[in-house]
Amino acid sequence: MTGPAETGLEIALDTVGTVLIVLGVLLTLVASVGLLSLPDVLSRMHAATKPQVVGLLLVVVGGALHLRTSVDVWMLVLVGAFQLVTAPVTAHVVGRLAHRGDGVRRDLLYVDELDDSPDVADPGPDTARTGPDGEPG
Amino acid sequence: MSRPTPPDTAGLLRRAVPVVWLVLVWVLLWGTFSWANVLGGLAVALLVLAAFPLPPAPGRGWLHPLAALRAVGRFSADLVVSSLQVAWQALQAVLPGPPIRSSVVAVRLASSSEFVMAMVVETLSLVPGSVVIEARPEERTVYAHVLGAGDAEAVAAFRAQVRRLEADIVAALGRPAAPAAGAVAEEEVT
Repeated sequence: MTGPAETGLEIALDTVGTVLIVLGVLLTLVASVGLLSLPDVLSRMHAATKPQVVGLLLVVVGGALHLRTSVDVWMLVLVGAFQLVTAPVTAHVVGRLAHRGDGVRRDLLYVDELDDSPDVADPGPDTARTGPDGEPG
Repeated sequence: MSRPTPPDTAGLLRRAVPVVWLVLVWVLLWGTFSWANVLGGLAVALLVLAAFPLPPAPGRGWLHPLAALRAVGRFSADLVVSSLQVAWQALQAVLPGPPIRSSVVAVRLASSSEFVMAMVVETLSLVPGSVVIEARPEERTVYAHVLGAGDAEAVAAFRAQVRRLEADIVAALGRPAAPAAGAVAEEEVT
């Protein structure tokens, strides 16, 4: 935008920003590959939280380096912060439901300590698996 | 007993934290700092907190800046490592071969505070290996799905990691590692 008057610093910031955006996009791409390739819902939640969040953060930082003084930079800060706060909540809720339902390949689990201690206070809709009185053996 | 009670400045300050946070978000959303924005944000913050009151912030300590910085630094490093690790596992899963094995591990936390538990759950889902799928404050137990934990060694390593993470958070919040009996009783009342 500043044309030939662009200083070395501006070029450097733009370059770093572009590299970060490309890295972020690649990570997000791999995260979506993971959504397809991993075996069950719980494993897929890993792909939907970690590489996805970091990919988005890299894109946000890269965008901020390009925008620099624009007021929109603060919006990007908020996008990053809320992504960090909300992604684990989604993963928790989806994972909890998946474990109570059929979202888990139980044959791929080495141990399942949650299966050994079902939630007696809130057994959920699939009580048939444990029985109503749930006496430990 | 006969001493006059000092004014509860710490409690007042603690109650002001969510207001300050909401005003900050409001100003950031507008993007420019102006007194009109701050006043508008203040009005919105008070309205929001009146409509959706928060439980009082637990504990009595304030953030320890050095310990908090160290926790944030470790967390950022963990976040990068974990995303690369999951990215690698996702690409490996494309290749033919046996699918990746995992575990659901229960970890009992040392701290009885629900606030510490919430922080642990929040960070555990972003650091290597784990996604929390169940948290029971009454048992102080967190159940996490650990991707790639196919043997007892990996499960033990995960437990050690949770303990380290909890110690980091407790140190950053400026509490003793094991809360005193009085603090426990105070928190269990609420």
